[in-house]
Amino acid sequence: MSDRLAVAKTYKLYIGGKFPRSESGRVYRVNDAKGGFLANAPQGSRKDLREAVTAARKAFPGWSGATAYNRGQVLYRIAEMLEGRREQFVAEVTAAEGVPAKRAQALVDQAIDRWVWYAGWTDKLATVLGAANPVAGPYFSFTVPEPTGVVGVLAPQDSSLLGLVSTVAPAIAAGNTTVVVASRERPLPAISLSEVLGTSDLPGGVVNLVTGNAVELAPWLAAHADVNAVDLVGAPEILGTELERAAAGTVKRVFGAGRAGQEPDWTRPPGMERLRAFLEHKTVWHPQGV
Amino acid sequence: MSETPFEYAPAPESADIANLRPAYQMFVDGKFVDGAGEPMKTVNPATEEVLAEVTTAAASDVDRAVRAARRAYDRVWGRMPGAERAKYLFRIARLIQERSRELAVLETLDNGKPIRESRDADLPTVAAHFFHHAGWADKLDYAGYGPDPQPLGVAAQVIPWNFPLLMLAWKIAPALACGNTVVLKPAETTPLTALVFAEICQQAELPPGVVNIVTGAGEVGAELVAHDGVDKVAFTGSTDVGKRIQRGLAGTGRRLSLELGGKAANIVFDDAPLDQAVEGVVNGIFFNQGHVCCAGSRLLVQESVAEELVARLRDRIGTLRIGDPLDKNTDVGAINSRAQLDRITELADSGDAEGASRWTSPCPVPERGYFFAPTVFSDVQQSMRIAREEIFGPVLSVLTFRTPDEAIAKANNTPYGLSAGIWTEKGSRILWAASRVRAGVVWANTFNRFDPTAPFGGYQESGFGREGGRAGLEAYLNV
Repeated sequence: MSDRLAVAKTYKLYIGGKFPRSESGRVYRVNDAKGGFLANAPQGSRKDLREAVTAARKAFPGWSGATAYNRGQVLYRIAEMLEGRREQFVAEVTAAEGVPAKRAQALVDQAIDRWVWYAGWTDKLATVLGAANPVAGPYFSFTVPEPTGVVGVLAPQDSSLLGLVSTVAPAIAAGNTTVVVASRERPLPAISLSEVLGTSDLPGGVVNLVTGNAVELAPWLAAHADVNAVDLVGAPEILGTELERAAAGTVKRVFGAGRAGQEPDWTRPPGMERLRAFLEHKTVWHPQGV
Repeated sequence: MSETPFEYAPAPESADIANLRPAYQMFVDGKFVDGAGEPMKTVNPATEEVLAEVTTAAASDVDRAVRAARRAYDRVWGRMPGAERAKYLFRIARLIQERSRELAVLETLDNGKPIRESRDADLPTVAAHFFHHAGWADKLDYAGYGPDPQPLGVAAQVIPWNFPLLMLAWKIAPALACGNTVVLKPAETTPLTALVFAEICQQAELPPGVVNIVTGAGEVGAELVAHDGVDKVAFTGSTDVGKRIQRGLAGTGRRLSLELGGKAANIVFDDAPLDQAVEGVVNGIFFNQGHVCCAGSRLLVQESVAEELVARLRDRIGTLRIGDPLDKNTDVGAINSRAQLDRITELADSGDAEGASRWTSPCPVPERGYFFAPTVFSDVQQSMRIAREEIFGPVLSVLTFRTPDEAIAKANNTPYGLSAGIWTEKGSRILWAASRVRAGVVWANTFNRFDPTAPFGGYQESGFGREGGRAGLEAYLNV
């Protein structure tokens, strides 16, 4: 270690592929697990959230229309970029979650591997979930999964990186675009992850990340008419019912209904649950004849 | 087409085949019982005559039905091997086939739909739905939801009046196949075939409590879906009520699937086979009097062929016969209720008020009964109510477009997303358009096709969850 003064990073939001400050000009103090000062994070506002939804909607045709092969490569690229910054993330997860370095290392490794797992899913979803329907008539009928649209992700409050990746990766693997509200107490790994996303060939707007207080932001996200689905895993538990009610206003798909804020054990194999949650089935018919 | 040289001779199906009874009871725990609610009368919408008196449920009856379903789930159905459940469902499918003529006539009497449709579309599809799902009951391990997927428990199901028995089949068959028990509420205006179905459950010796049918109006449905004893709610009906149910279930963790309204675009490109397109558009909006959530109620036609298509449509629609639903030559039957007729009339009037051009089929309309002549609005703008709101009646709104991109943009300019139609001879354009419309069912060069193997359901505010096929099982499994 030299005596050199380190250059501290300004942590920012990630919206539409850019790194803006909060339009509100607000920041809040982020501490490590022991209460020591780590950084100031932007305290995103309702307007930031709406900008993020706009960016996500704009990015949706391109991302959902990209080939599954292309999406898979982009997700794998994210794993590559994350691998390259492994040490940084170990340090950030250690600071954020207060876990021993060894544990943090395992969590980061799993987060990287989770991108790889989902990268491999993109071009299998239609095979596994789609069907050629044997209808009783002279028609060819097939069913394919399609992304639901813009997914609002209330990211896990506890698991700052592995939980975050485990919620965002399946949504975008399926072709959705996302608006993510990061963990309030532990937002720094999320912000650093957005820097990884920004350098991973992921088109701007596919993942938009807002830091701040989920209590303040979640109701707007759940009620936003241009959001098609919400993942409540990181929602404030006391707001769960209210958020579900707001989501009903536009018949949103709600993942985690009745168990807002309850985080699973993220180290367990994720299965297809979150992939299925943000997919629609489209059935197409055409007559057969000469 | 100006003169009709020959008149159709009447070809009525006999109403006696329906075995109509003066009074019907609801079905709880394997028995037909009277509910504590005020009895209601169900009316033949084609004649406005009372068909029968039907008992209705009070809150205590709903509770009894839910408890019966719970008992049946815990003690019998939930633990029965899938292969045995399958055989019950096969039995039910066969009994429906055997009694399909009776059920078709009863459906037409109670609903007002042409006998040709209840006989040739509704009933065969009902039987097919049970037949298909029967086979799933012991093959759930192979459905792609992991090994040994478990049922949810007691399903509360509320269905609409447009396809009374078919909607019942779409709800009950997958629920039972997956090992759930059900309490189903048919629509207030069309309860009769559901109650004959209950009789079929008895004939099939289905264990008591596995299927319960409670009758009544909206408040009985509200009572049922809000009951603490249910694990799953499935609703088909309006988007407004769907939202209310979703809101009501907030925080409960109970599973929900919704099949709601639609405002489907039927897109006709300039290279479409026009004769087929005309038939498809007519089928798309006048099938079942337009009482179809996936009806092709917005015709989007490419400008260069709009004039010709609309002229041909008018010619064709002018030949549709509207009248006695029991007559085998009737194409368009009765509107299901006075309330629905009023709603259609009101929305159509808004089309006039907002500046669209109305054309009404010159076909004679019966004096008695609830009828609405097939109607086409042209010069429709996207902002008009008739282009945005679900009319649920025989009213077609015609809009035009110039480029394929414009067609897709207009098709998707709706909060709904249930279905869409595409008419073009060009294969690549079909696949392009099919992938771009945001709708759960896309019919290309055809319309209104249904099959138990083909998942059906909406995007966006048309609801979530699927009915039919492998995908439909998810709504009734704890996965």
